[in-house]
Order: sequence, then structure tokens, then C-alpha cells
Amino acid sequence: MNTTARSKGFAVQATELTRRFGNLTAVNHIDLAIPYGEIFGLLGANGAGKSTLIKMLTTLLAPTSGNAEVGGFDILKSPSEVRGRIGYVPQLLSADGALTGYENLLLSAKLYGLPRAERGVRIGEALNFMGLTDSARKLVKTYSGGMIRRLELAQAMLHRPAILFLDEPTIGLDPLARHSVWDRLRDLRRDYGMTVLITTHDMEEAEALCDEVAILHAGRVAVVGKPPELRTRLGAGASMDDVFAHYAGGGIREGGDFSNAVQTRQTARRLG
Amino acid sequence: MDRFLRESAAVAEVELIKLVRDPTEIFSRAVQPVLWLVVFGQVLAHVHGIYTGEVGYLAFITPGILAQSVLFSAIFYGIAVIWERDLGVVHKLLVSPARRSSLVFGKAVSAGFRGLVQAAVIYLLALVMHITIRQEPHAIFGVLAGVLLGSALFSTFSLIIACIVKTRERFMGIGQLLTMPMFFASNAIYPLDLMPGWLRTVAQINPLTYLVDALRGLMIVGGESVHGYAVDFTVLLVVFVVLVMVAVRLYPTLVE
Repeated sequence: MNTTARSKGFAVQATELTRRFGNLTAVNHIDLAIPYGEIFGLLGANGAGKSTLIKMLTTLLAPTSGNAEVGGFDILKSPSEVRGRIGYVPQLLSADGALTGYENLLLSAKLYGLPRAERGVRIGEALNFMGLTDSARKLVKTYSGGMIRRLELAQAMLHRPAILFLDEPTIGLDPLARHSVWDRLRDLRRDYGMTVLITTHDMEEAEALCDEVAILHAGRVAVVGKPPELRTRLGAGASMDDVFAHYAGGGIREGGDFSNAVQTRQTARRLG
Repeated sequence: MDRFLRESAAVAEVELIKLVRDPTEIFSRAVQPVLWLVVFGQVLAHVHGIYTGEVGYLAFITPGILAQSVLFSAIFYGIAVIWERDLGVVHKLLVSPARRSSLVFGKAVSAGFRGLVQAAVIYLLALVMHITIRQEPHAIFGVLAGVLLGSALFSTFSLIIACIVKTRERFMGIGQLLTMPMFFASNAIYPLDLMPGWLRTVAQINPLTYLVDALRGLMIVGGESVHGYAVDFTVLLVVFVVLVMVAVRLYPTLVE
């Protein structure tokens, strides 16, 4: 892992990335190298450090020690450049329900500094790509969960970022909506060459969507690999659930705290 | 600078769209000033308990009540910020390359426009109650500028509290704790001269006092700004700039 982390040309390259909250070390000396164009999954139980890691990589949270480069820029020295090259969909629902889909997109276009002449075209394209053209003028609070997630993806892709970060993108969605989000993510990679980094604790999602995954356990990377390889490594007939149970600490460990649980349920309720 | 203004305008614009679409909050906030003027003001004016010079008591407190409603509606602005944090809107704003200063300033400007609605309500009320209001355009413009600045100042103060306490429950407690003392330790409903020395000292460092002072001179016939407009507006502007600088540092900590 360390040798690859030092080589050039990675979309995300973390070195000894660490974050402590008081006595708790949420992310503990993580090295990670994600090649451009990959759909990469960060797996782990609640409290394994996925969200903290993603917050650091998206410049929302400063690391306690270590560093990372995202899109070729240092997250500590050039956070603004990093922000210009990434798109982010938080686990929470970030689209504004009191605005229409179009207004949400327009705000993003302006904050990302898209020239006025290009805004209309890009917004139209993003709406079309996500299948939301007909609902663009409706208030987002009338959208279904899957539509909201697709709108958030549209917002995140508007400025054509090199890397998309998605924190639990399909949590709380029904199977149909979940598959439609997966399809859009694959299309984004195919049509725009975007690198996609998702966090999930859904093994089906990891298997179906990700080229490569890292399983986090107690703030460390327990293993990195392609899902079929990880299964094979564990033995014939092993499923991703088995892989997860093996590397996430001998069985599905109970993780996360009260606020974690509240947050997840709130998101699920709003999407449902 | 151009980019700063563009980003701030984008943030302020969506807030205004939301306000126009659902103005319930603005109108519910207008109830309180009505009570203060129609009930409290009229009773106290009747007993002549507080000496306010040439200007009648009701006229005296009208700018004070406007400043109060600016303070009260701006100070709870932090609740909306915490709500946005809980929804994930703040995360998304902070991951964009927009400057933190634009995000904070844009929010302050939108709060300023909320204040203008309060001003409109008070002007209407004053007309109905036959309070003698200055009608020269420059005086009205001055009042609106003061209200805009005061709302922006107190909403930024509120944003700072939100960044520190981070939960709605704690915010509600602190919001209640701050508003009443700030209101009573100001010249909103009685002149500074009537206060005991210690209270006058507190009032002199309370930005609300300078807002009331400016509004009192600009809004009512015969009213006077004790400190002078230059001092009033300078104090408000300096406090606002300092608060924006603090808020720019604290706003990103909301999502940590």
C-alpha cells in the first residue's frame, strides 16, 4: 500500500492521515491511493472512521496529523483548489427543500463560479442526465427520495469535478431508487471520466458498484482490494458479507454512537 | 472583490426567494412590536412615568421597538443555521470553492432584508397610531440603512452563537438569555440619563443602543441622536466587521 501511495497520478493519495477527537482516534494513520477513473468504496461499520476520513479529504475537517492530496492538490496547503476539483454529496440531505430543483442547481453553479453564459446549458445537461428535467421547476420538498439524491448528484457534477465524494449515497432508498443512483454513478464515470469515492456499509452496493474497496476497522485500513479478489482470498464460496465480517473485526461489531444512529434514521426518514 | 460580491449575492438571493415564498415567519415576528407599541407604549405614555423631553413617550419608543424587533428576529437566525447544518446544506456550502466570507456575508445581507420588512411594519403601525414620523426621503433611507446594518450585525452574532453551541436546544436557551438583557440594557424604552451608572455603562457597550440612537434621530419628528449619526453608524459598522471576521473563522467548525 505504501509503495503505491507514493507513486504519481492518483485521484486521492493519503499518507498517514490521522484525526483524533479528544481520546478517540477516529482515523488512525491511514494510507490510501485511489487511481483516477475508479469507483472506490470505503466500507466499515458505523464509527469505523469512514465519514471522518471523507470529511478530511473534502477539506471539511483538518487532520490531526498526516496529509493527503486530492486531485493533485494538498488538502492543507491548497484547500480552495481541492474544493474546485471535487463534488460532494453528504450523507445528510443537502438539497434545499424550500427551493426548486432548478434553483438548487443555480446556486451551485454560482458558488462554483460557472460563467453566466454556460450556466443554463450545464444545468439543462445535468437535469437531463439525472432524469429530472420535468421536475426542475417543482419544489424539492415534493421530490421522492431517489429524485433528491439524483438532484444532489446533479449539483455535485455541475462543475465537472475530477472526483466525486459520496457519503452513504443510497442509505434509506428503496431498491429501485438505489439501482437508479448506481446507474447514474456508472454513467458519470463512463461519460465524464469521474473518479467516484463512496462510503457504504452495504455489501451488495460494494460488490455491484465498486472496482476496488477498502475496509476500515477502528480507524485503520484493514484490507484493500477488488471485491472478487477479496472473496477468493477468503476461500471458495465466500461472500462480501463474509469478507466484511472477517476484516471488520470478527463478526459485525456494534459501532457508532447515539448521534450516528439519529443521523442515519433522520436521513432514512426524509428519503422515505 | 467581484467574486466575493457575486457569491454573497447568490447566497442572499436564495434566502430572499425562500422568504418571499413563505413569509409566515416575518409576519408572526411582527406581532410582538404591535403589542409593545399598542399596549405597553400606550399605557406608559398615559401615566407619564418616564420623562422623554419634547417627544412624547410613544414616539420615543417607536424607534426602540423597531430596533428591538430587528434584534429579536435576527438573534434567532442561528436556529436556521443549525437546521441547515442538520440537513447537510452547510456541508455542501463549505465544500464549494466559494469563500467563507461570502457565505457569512451573504447570510447577513439576507437577514438585513428581513429587517426591512420589520421596518415597514413599524412605519405602518406608526402611521395608524398617528405617531409623528419623519417623511423626508433621506431620513427614511437612513432608517433603512440602520435597520439593514443592525439586522446583519445581530444575525452574524447569532451565527457565531450557533457555531459555538451547535444544537437547537442549547441555542434556544442562550437566545432567550441574551435578548432580554440586551433589550433592557439599552436606550430602547427609556433614556440613558434615567439609568443607574452601572447600567448606563453596560448600555454604552451594547450595539443596540447605537442602533436605537440613530433610528431615534432619523425616524421621529423632534427626535435626536445623542451620540451623533457618525458615531452610531461607525460603531455598528466596526462591530459588524469584527463579528463577520469571527464568524468566518467559526462557520467551518459547524460541520466538524
